[in-house]
Amino acid sequence: MDAILNQVPIGIAIGAVLLLAALGLNFTFGQMGVINMAHGEFMMVGAYTAFVTHAWFDLNPDYALLLAVPAAFALTGLLGLALEAGVIRHFYGRPLDTLLLTFGVGLVLQQIARDVFGAPNVDVPAPAWLAGGVDVLGIRLHHARLFILALAVLCVVAIAYYLNRSRPGRQMRAVLHNRDLAAITGIPTRRVDATTFFLGSGLAGIAGVALTLIGPTGPTLGHNYIVDAFLVVVVGGLGQLRGTILAALALGLLNAFSEFWTDASLAKVIVFVAIIGFLQARPQGMFTVRSRALT
Amino acid sequence: MTAEDTRATTRPAPTAASAAIPDPRPTPLARARDPLTVVALVAAALLVLPLFLDQFRLNLFAQYLCYAIVAIGIALAWGRGGMLTLGHGVYFGLGGYALAMHLTLARVAEDPMAQGGLPDFMVWSGLETLPLLWRPFANPAFALFAVVAVPGLVAALLGWSVFRQRVRGAYFAILNQALAAAFVILLVGQQHLTGGTNGLTDFPTFAGNDLYSPEAQWVVYVIVVVTTALVYLMFRHVAGSRYGSLLVAVRDGEDRVRFLGYNPTWVKTLAYALSAMAAGLAGALFVPVMGIISPEMLGVVPSITFVLAVAIGGRYSIAGAAVGAVVMNAAQTTFSESFAGGWIYLQGLLFVVVIVFAPRGLAGVVQSTTAALQRARRARATGGTPDSTHRTSDTPQGTDASGSPR
Repeated sequence: MDAILNQVPIGIAIGAVLLLAALGLNFTFGQMGVINMAHGEFMMVGAYTAFVTHAWFDLNPDYALLLAVPAAFALTGLLGLALEAGVIRHFYGRPLDTLLLTFGVGLVLQQIARDVFGAPNVDVPAPAWLAGGVDVLGIRLHHARLFILALAVLCVVAIAYYLNRSRPGRQMRAVLHNRDLAAITGIPTRRVDATTFFLGSGLAGIAGVALTLIGPTGPTLGHNYIVDAFLVVVVGGLGQLRGTILAALALGLLNAFSEFWTDASLAKVIVFVAIIGFLQARPQGMFTVRSRALT
Repeated sequence: MTAEDTRATTRPAPTAASAAIPDPRPTPLARARDPLTVVALVAAALLVLPLFLDQFRLNLFAQYLCYAIVAIGIALAWGRGGMLTLGHGVYFGLGGYALAMHLTLARVAEDPMAQGGLPDFMVWSGLETLPLLWRPFANPAFALFAVVAVPGLVAALLGWSVFRQRVRGAYFAILNQALAAAFVILLVGQQHLTGGTNGLTDFPTFAGNDLYSPEAQWVVYVIVVVTTALVYLMFRHVAGSRYGSLLVAVRDGEDRVRFLGYNPTWVKTLAYALSAMAAGLAGALFVPVMGIISPEMLGVVPSITFVLAVAIGGRYSIAGAAVGAVVMNAAQTTFSESFAGGWIYLQGLLFVVVIVFAPRGLAGVVQSTTAALQRARRARATGGTPDSTHRTSDTPQGTDASGSPR
């Protein structure tokens, strides 16, 4: 029984990681319809930012991590902004072309990481205060996982506030619902696009910093998460924050439990089949933007 | 304002390249569609190439042709059908493993040292009897059947279940990619069944013949060349048939086709399954050519590399896709031999450059150059302005890879 209960926090932890990775996609893919395959490499950039804070600037790991989070957000956000301004803005409405395009960008970023930091994984020391864990009702909760969960919750709250309460966030939602109508009411859609991309990419950086706590940091770090993160957005529904949260948790728990009952390799297949099955019932994901448009 | 004018303003502006196809005379690539040209190319590959290439290079060329077969399949599904398939590594792998399993069993059967008639990786994993999954593959006829049947079946099932619910475009691409990721993890994880990361290798015999002898290698090469030609002609035929037109129609306006009384689900499922079968066949040919099949050749990155080859060659042209696969893989070999990191930069840049500057690939470049030359010649001859209204139906006007209007 304990073993089964133990899967719950593991599942939530996996879900939190997926959520962090998918939150950014919720902006770039969900709001703008751009399949940014370089999102995984942005996560990798974020992870290497955490590495650089202690390896190059020799900061104390106890607070270097807290500095790395905003630094990674800014750095990958700017990278995303450059990508949007450079190429992607010419490809709106052509998701499959952006997919191939950004995959190429991702390959280049990966190779740059290999050339700068070397192909082997690097070591990012975790702060001392994240070592160990606490036991709640016989369930082991690792501090690192709790930290990731807290980070994910913080991001979700910030995004929800931004989208629902702030002026630029509302403009973003207006553009998502109807770009032309938004434009004629005076919303600067181009600037909204750029902001959306900045935020989405910046969130990838935060996810990358979190990933250094639970796994090896290497040039292909983002690659391992990107497919799952896209699945979260597909299951959750495009541009739906609550869908992304629910889907991330559901996929995390499903992953943890199927790994527990079978093994890690079969679990992936089970999750995939479950997603195909789910799409039979709800092909547009859990939540959708209602529209009368015939697509 | 006439009706013609209205249409011109509402329709997305055609790109300069696509508007410039005025001449019904075949372009160089179109001429290659002629079966006679294919026969000539096959003859050249069999008679001329061996004069210039040694055994090693010839083997590499056979390998490129295997990738060309995959590219031909992807060109049908993606270029004509608008289905971006980022999981063709799976079908390539299913075909490859089907044959490799048979070849492994054939080796074990002749090896007196093999314990209990099991491949060594099974012995290491503690298996004592041959798993049920492997048993039918002892029969060569079944293995050859499975090479195309298994990929076709898997693709048909996946395709039918998602196309039925009108899951398409980006969603379909992502599901494909997830399939590739899951497949590789499964292959690596189920080590006792699949040989894990090492894959399956060392195939000395097929149907009692020594596969390592130079004669057998030559026979394999001939089979690869001839199969490539046959697959090409078959897909050419499919693309040019009524069904091929229907497929393009589904790509450009799925709902309109539905309103006309067709069921787009079956149209798309068939194209997807056909392209998966081509990939399976290519995977099976790849096994005797390379002598190994392993998960690292099948994952997310190899699958997307297949697509890159098609994008470079020209997604709307089946011949272009095949040529693109050969050219890109040859370039990859050349570059990787001298500097490996450089190839990855170049590959990344190729994605960007092709999508931004030449979305119709090499075939598009060739087509528009020939068309421009012919227009110039005609303009010189008549002294009038060239007429540029003729368009081919293969290439959509102002649409993206998914075929949906902007």
